[in-house]
Amino acid sequence: MIWVDTIVQGILLGGLYALFAAGLSLVFGIMRLVNLAHGDLIVMGAYLILVLVTLLGLSPFIAVLVAMPLMFALGWGLQKFLLNRTLGDDILPPLLVTFGLSIVLQNALLEGFSADSQRLPTDALTTASVQLGSISLGVMPLLTFASAILVIVGLNQLFYRTSLGRAFRATSDDAVTASLMGIKPANIFAVATGIALIIVTIAALYLGLRSNFDPNIGPARLIYAFEAVIIGGLGSLWGTLIGGIIIGVAQTVGAAINPEWQILAGHIAFLVVLLIRPRGLFPRAHD
Amino acid sequence: MALLQTEGLTAHYGDFQALFGVDIALNEAEVVAIIGANGAGKTTLMRSISGVLRNAPSMVQFDGAVIGNQPADEIMAQGVAMVPEGRKLFPSLSVEENLLIGTYGRKTGGHWSLETIYDLFPILREKRNNPGTALSGGQQQMVAIGRALMSNPRVLLCDEISLGLAPVVIKDIYKAVPAIKAAGASLIVVEQDIGQAMAVADRVYCMMEGRVTLSGTPESLNREAIHDAYFGAAA
Repeated sequence: MIWVDTIVQGILLGGLYALFAAGLSLVFGIMRLVNLAHGDLIVMGAYLILVLVTLLGLSPFIAVLVAMPLMFALGWGLQKFLLNRTLGDDILPPLLVTFGLSIVLQNALLEGFSADSQRLPTDALTTASVQLGSISLGVMPLLTFASAILVIVGLNQLFYRTSLGRAFRATSDDAVTASLMGIKPANIFAVATGIALIIVTIAALYLGLRSNFDPNIGPARLIYAFEAVIIGGLGSLWGTLIGGIIIGVAQTVGAAINPEWQILAGHIAFLVVLLIRPRGLFPRAHD
Repeated sequence: MALLQTEGLTAHYGDFQALFGVDIALNEAEVVAIIGANGAGKTTLMRSISGVLRNAPSMVQFDGAVIGNQPADEIMAQGVAMVPEGRKLFPSLSVEENLLIGTYGRKTGGHWSLETIYDLFPILREKRNNPGTALSGGQQQMVAIGRALMSNPRVLLCDEISLGLAPVVIKDIYKAVPAIKAAGASLIVVEQDIGQAMAVADRVYCMMEGRVTLSGTPESLNREAIHDAYFGAAA
């Protein structure tokens, strides 16, 4: 039974990684931009929620709602005024600029909040658990997983049911022809990054509620997110959830065998998937 | 005053100059054909008018305003829609979604809607949920034309819509031109097939090496003059 428990905990942990990854997957899927500052933006989001909680005395679950429009605006501006200038035939400029942005963010957070680790205030809800047979499930991990599913369902609805979603897919297919439809690719990209940062804010909430964070943990979140995206297959949102779950399960199983193996096991699972399916589990038919 | 005209239009790809002072005009309710061999600059001309290539403002004028420096999305919003060379359907979108996205930048009432497009090309109604790229070449071309019509454009630019299609399919597609005209659009049709161009157009421009070498109504042009304008006069 301990194994079932371990695997279920791993699946739920996968929800957190899928939340880390969904924004990355969205941005990559639409504009082929790998945002190396994604992990640091999640950490920044956690600090933003912390500031709102501290200054306004809000519950973290309310603060996240206040943070979302702010983060959307940040993402919109970031894309419109900085990242759009890096997009082109050359794949290096976006990598270099977002790498630089990652360093800037880490240091700005370090200046503003010191290297002390922080945590969002938790109440009874966040430590509660429900009993399912012999397995005890934390309410927090369940909420995280449910949020991940909601985010991915929401993104799929947006992509496949709305005019904006059609514009996302068309621009991703062929930006020049999209402009002949009256679509401004630069604005579409800005909205996409704005939406990605809304998801980042949700990820930041659960990051901050479940564990400590400090200005330097961004890059590790980026690696988990990146691995989840690659395992799932670039551009597939449900694939990203599966990717997150595979890493989550590998980590908890690894940790159950030997606590030192937790992180390593996740990376090994990633490498194994890459060896068997180099394009990921659910690659898009066309690129 | 023409509805759409170019004035001394030049275009470059890096150091290569593709257009050398092209003047063409399209009047309201007119079909103009542009003929010429490969590399004559026909597609470059279409890309310049539609805003994919940017030019000096006065080089392209539409409805009395200079638009040469505007980006493609703004020009489309004013009512100049393009059927690009090679059809360029969006592979991630179904047939119906490809049609729907044609209205993204310009939502104005008019004759054309999903229903009237399906009446014009009935086969598309059957294939509405297929991916756009799963269709035959002729059907894809119908989607591309329908997509451009969905915005109820005042000017429809058709770039090589017969390219790579069987003659019988080309005939089917050109059958739509009178209906498009009747619904209020003026057309510029780029064609390599001289016979097809003569049959459909009110006026014809012939281009060679980035210049207009001949123009006039189909009746006024004789075969020899077109041959010279198309291939160059024999030295």
